[in-house]
Amino acid sequence: MIQFTNVSKRYANGFEALNNLTFQVERGEMVFLTGHSGAGKSTVLKMIPLLERQSEGQIIIDGKELSKIKRRHVPALRRDIGIIFQDSKLLNDRNVFDNVALPLLLSGDHHPREVGRRVRAALDKVGLLAREHDSPIALSGGERQRVGIARAVVNRPKVLIADEPTGNLDPILSQEIMTLFEQFQQVGVTVLIASHDLELISQMKKRILALHQGQLVAYQEESQP
Amino acid sequence: MSATKERRPVKARRDRPGLKARLNNYFAIHFHVLTNSLSLLGRTPLSTFMATMVIGVALALPTMLHVSLSKVQSLGAAWQESAQISLFLRDTISEHGALSLQAEVTRWPEISGVKYISPEQALEQFRQGSGLGDVVAMLDKNPLPAVLVVYPKLDQSTTLDTEVLLSKLRARPEVEQAQLDLEWVQRLHGLIDLANRAVLVFGGLLALAVLFVIGNTIRMAIQNRRDEIEVIKLIGGSNAFVRRPFLYSGIWYGLFGGLLAWLLVNVLLLLLDGPVRQLAALYGSDFNLGLIGMQTTLLLLLAGPLLGLIGAWLVAGRHIRAIEPS
Repeated sequence: MIQFTNVSKRYANGFEALNNLTFQVERGEMVFLTGHSGAGKSTVLKMIPLLERQSEGQIIIDGKELSKIKRRHVPALRRDIGIIFQDSKLLNDRNVFDNVALPLLLSGDHHPREVGRRVRAALDKVGLLAREHDSPIALSGGERQRVGIARAVVNRPKVLIADEPTGNLDPILSQEIMTLFEQFQQVGVTVLIASHDLELISQMKKRILALHQGQLVAYQEESQP
Repeated sequence: MSATKERRPVKARRDRPGLKARLNNYFAIHFHVLTNSLSLLGRTPLSTFMATMVIGVALALPTMLHVSLSKVQSLGAAWQESAQISLFLRDTISEHGALSLQAEVTRWPEISGVKYISPEQALEQFRQGSGLGDVVAMLDKNPLPAVLVVYPKLDQSTTLDTEVLLSKLRARPEVEQAQLDLEWVQRLHGLIDLANRAVLVFGGLLALAVLFVIGNTIRMAIQNRRDEIEVIKLIGGSNAFVRRPFLYSGIWYGLFGGLLAWLLVNVLLLLLDGPVRQLAALYGSDFNLGLIGMQTTLLLLLAGPLLGLIGAWLVAGRHIRAIEPS
């Protein structure tokens, strides 16, 4: 589902974020990406929705080679991928419902009536159906992150990527969020999560990719499924 | 895997909705954006109000000029129909001579009527009309000549025929001077043509100003919502999607500006109507300004939104493309 082959990324200032990186995430698999800050976790995740383009190598997502996707087709690619951010990136000028509905409106494939049904289904999944009329400002950090997840899955993407989704949360809330991701994996979604919280992710018993200075180092033995 | 298999048909249906459904969605979404962009304007009432005011005034100025000019123009046309030739008779001509000339000219086929104004009647009219009664009373002898006012037949009153008639009348020995009262109407038309041209130029400049005002307002709105635009692009919003509400905002600004201009011009016309009627009455005319006509109203309500759309379109694409999430 996600395949990186000999991928390198150099920035204009000469910094080499990724160095000849090769890995693969199978369809329906849930994988953690770990490493110190600056190891290249975020860069990997940014390449999948084409927020960054690789300097060298090949990236294939769901059979599509990213280097061949033209600029005007990038939005369509992003709509097929659910993205969750550390700071959840909700729009504070509209309520929870409208935030979650946004991806459905972006594609233009959905009638506004249908949007309501889907948004409520997604909010129900993350347990926030009762808060649909609230402003994101009124929510706690964990709730905001769950709204972010509802927004990411409302379009039923095949791939979910999350960059430090529990970075701002306490351990109990973090555990809840991870369990939520696991539920999406169980219905067939491919999930790739960047996190430096080794203790949390080793509890999840999923495959772990460890990055160091833009290169893959050993998988952690104890977390092999 | 069974879960994926179950979802497949549902997904396929969702990814490829039929043409009818897509059109249906298209209009539903545009309607959604239309109303949404309106509520966005409502969120910044002060700047919306200011922009609307500027646009309204800018549209009102040329509209006001256009409306007043076309009123004056119709007045000119009405006067042209009532073209008349004044024959000032030599003071050696007796009243009898004047009357026989009147009788003769009346029989000409191109003449619909001739009115005789004796020097005494002329003096009396002058006394009443000019307000210089005291001065007139001081005159020891009537300085005014006898006048025959010749009314050409309307269906022949083209310019050429009138000129021919004029020279024919001038050739009469009784006539000291023949004056076509049409001349000043023609001059008025010349002036109106010039003024119309000026209104076009003026209107074009102000339309340009409206474009810039709307463009600038939209540009600031885009800058103010930069973070929001970044997030929308991050989760797959195309430039076109992001641009849409801004284009609709432009249309709304233009429409509100147009409505405001319509209101302003009508209020101005109502305010001016009284004095204009009084002035016209002094000239014995029932001329009045009335309100903006249907055609001008439609033009205003179409031009406003169109200018708004163009103004927004000119800036939105460029500024939205420049915002990229990182």
